[in-house]
Amino acid sequence: MTIKQPSVLPGFGLTFGFTTFFLCTIVLIPLAALVLVAASMTWHDFVHLVLSPRALGSYRLSFGASLLAASINLVFGFIIAWTLVRYEFPGRKIIDALIDMPFALPTAVSGIALVTVFADNGWIGQYLHPLGIKVAYTWIGVTVALTLIGMPFAVRTMQPALLEVQRDLEDAAETLGAGRFYVFRRIILPTVLPALLTGFTLAFARAVGEYGSVIFIAGNLPMKTEITPLLIVIRLEEFDYKGAAALGFVMLVISFVVLLTINLLQAWGRRRIVQGTR
Amino acid sequence: MSGEAQATVHDDIASRPGRDSIASSLIKWTFVLLSLVFLAALLFAPLVTVFAMAFEKGIHAYVHALVDPDTASAIHLTLVTAAVVVPINTIFGLSAAWAIAKFEFPGKSFLITIIDLPLAISPVISGMSYVLLFGLHGWFGEWLQDHNISIIFAVPGIMLAIMFVTFPYVARELIPLMQQLGNDEEEAAITLGAGGWMTFFRVTLPKVRWGLVYGVILCNARAMGEFGAVSVVSGHIRGLTNTMPLHIQILYDEYNFVGAFAVASLLTLLAVLTLAIKSFVERSGYRRR
Repeated sequence: MTIKQPSVLPGFGLTFGFTTFFLCTIVLIPLAALVLVAASMTWHDFVHLVLSPRALGSYRLSFGASLLAASINLVFGFIIAWTLVRYEFPGRKIIDALIDMPFALPTAVSGIALVTVFADNGWIGQYLHPLGIKVAYTWIGVTVALTLIGMPFAVRTMQPALLEVQRDLEDAAETLGAGRFYVFRRIILPTVLPALLTGFTLAFARAVGEYGSVIFIAGNLPMKTEITPLLIVIRLEEFDYKGAAALGFVMLVISFVVLLTINLLQAWGRRRIVQGTR
Repeated sequence: MSGEAQATVHDDIASRPGRDSIASSLIKWTFVLLSLVFLAALLFAPLVTVFAMAFEKGIHAYVHALVDPDTASAIHLTLVTAAVVVPINTIFGLSAAWAIAKFEFPGKSFLITIIDLPLAISPVISGMSYVLLFGLHGWFGEWLQDHNISIIFAVPGIMLAIMFVTFPYVARELIPLMQQLGNDEEEAAITLGAGGWMTFFRVTLPKVRWGLVYGVILCNARAMGEFGAVSVVSGHIRGLTNTMPLHIQILYDEYNFVGAFAVASLLTLLAVLTLAIKSFVERSGYRRR
């Protein structure tokens, strides 16, 4: 491997060496341990652990609730981003700053706060309870928690994209007699589509791995309200390292697929913007 | 959160000339109302609840909950952990940004992807991979036990797990910033005879200071608030390996709601402070890339 060094600046060896060394020690070697423990199992054992009914039940909840939460964030993320970018109203700046709150707030705090608000006697739960909607300790509660923690990712991805929408085009279309919905469908939506999908995927990625805010509001009953990360923790507490590693490996593979999807979506978005400005 | 931009309103679309003003403002206020209702239920109500529950039995009970010895030691451990982890990850971030932004080498974009990896994987998995390495039945478990070194269920494990999850925060802020600012000034300084360290401290560091502050405060917020990864490696030993988020869980499970929400209120204040500094940094002209 030849290393091209076009610059007069010093310090490449030191910083590159330290960066790769630290990256290997803190991130790559531990992850390699996980992969190797999973790989040391026989295929039969691995499949047995990964496709056990309890594991399948946890995937159903984790992926179902994460997809639902990401879809809610796709819709409301767009509504919030649109409101913040396009309209002036009292309190806009404060709301804009508070969007990042779920990102800065420790997950254990949002967990106990959400379950208190949505419990049957909580501020919001008391109005949902008579309607027959039970949020706390059900899959709905899991979805609520996952929606909250994915929200900033959706809004913050869509905001800059909405700023990119060319107002001239909208004005021109309206001058030519296009209705509001037509302008939205033919001008705004195509411009922000990559950002919408990226926001959806980021919110989903964050939701699938989430642990802290969910375990308080989920009932944590096996097969019903037990998410996959919790099942991993339970396996570790039973010192069943192989069972934990097998499930962890499945989640790691899914993370890689999601990461790849995000990269492809962002590359697609950049290409479209470049084409659009030509 | 790529490409996070501070929202700047163009001009309020509902008040532009030539618009059907009644329909426009109807749409506008529908959007505003929908946003506010969504955020009120999901975000504002939980935030207010934290303080309402913490002060439910009065200020005396609140203060009493915070001076409890186990709570005090959880606060202490959280502060010590952040004091160790954040500087190390800051040095890593500066080093990674210098290597990536100032030089060309093969595999650069792959390296950037790997640095972001901890953000993409579940914190539970981060904690677990250390258990598989250093836990009793892990790779180095027996060796560590023979030499009387404890990492898992002890403070070093907590620090390692937090270092893993907060690993990318400073680097991902600095890499695009340094790439965009370019190398001209540094090259000028070196050509004029300044040493490498002097160039770094006198030229580069002042240039990227707001990006650095931004990365450090986000890194710190995550370090103090991390739950999943720490929960796996800590062992939950009261007074010894309990960080603030873990202590919240213990108190909550014991139905000590005032105690749990009192600790939670401190972490909420930390989050508010983090966002305030973040807004201040953005107002001084720093924009995320």
